[in-house]
Amino acid sequence: MELLIQLVVFLLLLGVGLFFGRAAEQRHFKSLVQREAELRDILVFAERRPPPDCQVSEARLVVGSAVIAEDYFKRIASSLRSFFGGRLSEYESLMDRGRREAIVRMKEEARRNGATLIFNVRIETSSLSADGSASPMFSAEFLAYGTGLKVA
Amino acid sequence: MELTNLETVPGRNIVKHFGLVQGSTVRSKHAGRDILAGFKNIVGGELTAYTELLNESRNEAIERMVKQATAVGANAVVNVRFATSNIAAGAAEVMAYGTAVVLE
Repeated sequence: MELLIQLVVFLLLLGVGLFFGRAAEQRHFKSLVQREAELRDILVFAERRPPPDCQVSEARLVVGSAVIAEDYFKRIASSLRSFFGGRLSEYESLMDRGRREAIVRMKEEARRNGATLIFNVRIETSSLSADGSASPMFSAEFLAYGTGLKVA
Repeated sequence: MELTNLETVPGRNIVKHFGLVQGSTVRSKHAGRDILAGFKNIVGGELTAYTELLNESRNEAIERMVKQATAVGANAVVNVRFATSNIAAGAAEVMAYGTAVVLE
């Protein structure tokens, strides 16, 4: 009986993770595509310095970040999959959306400051779930930062 | 105080270097937030509480770095970098460092 209850809870969590998690992810990707299109005129470079003929009137640090967590379904599916090895597409989409969200937020900050170029962009990822923590769910912080330049 | 993560501030000259300045902070989220995040973990997605928490920490780290730069008489910090490290369950250190300089 107890086993049955545990099984029901497990399947319920799995279902909630699968349906709501997937729906939320698709919504997020849709909003990312839209916001990326709106911010397309802000140019982002990983170059360490702007070209010397670029007339800059203001330079300012811009930062964007997001913390994204996995859902229950992703966790189970990826642990099954890592048994056989290979691509973990569950995590690929998670990392992708987190990083794109961080870049979009950085661009939004640049827009608020009136900057049109961002140079020396750095992207960092750090895992937030420490070993032995109460919730072993994976979550990661994505951070994107660079110098927003206003061109005179 | 001007902050950039370039090696210089474009269009301005650096007249004096003061070397490294840094600021850091260690924060943990309060229990309420952690429980909420636990629920959120079933569905996954963005943990807004943590995003905010880390943003607040980053701003504080920047503030402390700027305070140090002001104390040595700099008016800008160039080559700013950030580092985040998870030091214990539910606590993260956020650090900002850069080179304090005087701009013309």
